[in-house]
Amino acid sequence: MNDFTVEAIGLTRLYGGREAVSNVSFNLSKGQVLGFLGPNGAGKSTTMKMLTGNLAPSNGSVKICGIDMMENPKEAKALIGYLPEMRPLYKELTVDEYLTIAARLHRVSGANIKKAVEQAKERCGLGHMSKRLIENLSNGYQQRVGIAQAIIHNPMVVILDEPTVGLDPIQIRDIRALIREVGSERSVIISTHILPEVEMVCDHVQIIDKGKLVFNGAIDVLKKQRIGNKLLIAMNKPPKAAELLKIVGVEEAESVSDQLMRVRFAEGATPAEAIVQTAVAKGWGLYQIGPDQTSLEDVFVQLTYQEQAAA
Amino acid sequence: MIINVARKELKSMFASPMGWVILALLMFSFGTYYLNGVNDYFAVMSGAMRPAERTGVTQFVGQNVYGFASFMVLFAVPLLSMRLVSEERRNQTLPFLFSAPLSLTEIVLGKFLGLVAFLSILVVYIGAMLSTLNIWADIDFGFIVANSIGLLLMVASFSALGLYFSSITQQPVVAAILTFIALFALMFLDRFFAGDPSNTLASLSLTRHFQSFAGGLIDTADIAYFGLFIASFLTLTVRRLDADRLRG
Repeated sequence: MNDFTVEAIGLTRLYGGREAVSNVSFNLSKGQVLGFLGPNGAGKSTTMKMLTGNLAPSNGSVKICGIDMMENPKEAKALIGYLPEMRPLYKELTVDEYLTIAARLHRVSGANIKKAVEQAKERCGLGHMSKRLIENLSNGYQQRVGIAQAIIHNPMVVILDEPTVGLDPIQIRDIRALIREVGSERSVIISTHILPEVEMVCDHVQIIDKGKLVFNGAIDVLKKQRIGNKLLIAMNKPPKAAELLKIVGVEEAESVSDQLMRVRFAEGATPAEAIVQTAVAKGWGLYQIGPDQTSLEDVFVQLTYQEQAAA
Repeated sequence: MIINVARKELKSMFASPMGWVILALLMFSFGTYYLNGVNDYFAVMSGAMRPAERTGVTQFVGQNVYGFASFMVLFAVPLLSMRLVSEERRNQTLPFLFSAPLSLTEIVLGKFLGLVAFLSILVVYIGAMLSTLNIWADIDFGFIVANSIGLLLMVASFSALGLYFSSITQQPVVAAILTFIALFALMFLDRFFAGDPSNTLASLSLTRHFQSFAGGLIDTADIAYFGLFIASFLTLTVRRLDADRLRG
């Protein structure tokens, strides 16, 4: 018996013959935060709807902690907290009323409802909004109510569809901390467009494009791909590329612009110090040196683009 | 769990002015009818010479009020039932219920019971109002009970139909109009077949099945009719919501 909290096996969803999601499989263990990345219309939300039982897959199955979503939906749903893209808020109710209903519907026992509501409000920073109508809350606070609703019953799996949309930077930081906190003991799946966010909160990343999984792995793999082994050097009097190649460890050098040069070095080598010393000795007028980072966006584009080229 | 969904519906109904306004207006009109009924009773009965023409005060006032009530709910129920599913669909709040550990049947039954519980306030109120006649007269409680059961069953049938029409559209107003038309047709179906009372279609009329209750008679055939009517529309609603999940 494995201890996967979420198992998706060959999930496929057809919309009138067109495959919105095709053959997506993955596992998630306890204590992991999974980031779901993908361009618009890639099938992120559709996959999430299938995971939470809001949409029946055309093919494949979902298991939550070993319980099949199709065969035993009530038991499986009891283990999930879900915040859809469109916040499902009853705007005519106050925050307290709404959260009480959410707790009750998610089988929080009568004696614990009050405690659960208080806790969820505290975790989402809603303490002073208890008696306000949800309708009158700002966008960011409504989003927090949505998140509070998803974690109120302390579910094994929390699924958040774009949780940081519409929040201000401070709120985003709080919510990210919350996601990490929940993710340390439970499993969290979030979808987002914001790539640095994935790097900050997720252990695992999945990139989905046109309904297909194009990347599935640990965040470290992405990071490695991103930082790479390149240095960017800015000099007032840049030398010829051949001169740089003489330095131990440097494998390739090219000039990017008048004063900028990019250097690729061998795996494991650390030529930075040697480069600086040589530059000083030969008077190249070096004023800046640093690792050349491909942004996560570039990696993302590469991955989704590669797939297109292959297809 | 069904109770929890029903409680949520009740809360929503009382959270908006709509519920209060409809309750207040209906109670005001029923009160007026009751008062008029009592006034008319003396006027009419003083003119009725022969004993055969005389009816009891319960029947006279009761028929007045219950007849009017069964007509008024035709307007009230569509206004209340229209929001049940269509508004949730429009505001995209249905996933809240769908991702909770609830079966579709529980959701539908909960919504239905919530609305019926709200409307039963009216039924109880009318019953209580008529019972006050007992202070001056010796009234027939059996008649009031039969009428209350009949009115409750009819209101429940209206709600089931309203819930179904609410589940097939995104626009509450469209749901209300459809419900009203369907109910109106079902209410007055027997009028169209007045010349041929044995017609099968005429016996589908809701009014006809309310008639025996209105006379103080609790007939199992009529209870069965209302029961089947409610069960069919609730089943249709469950199927409609299931189609949402399947087709997306």
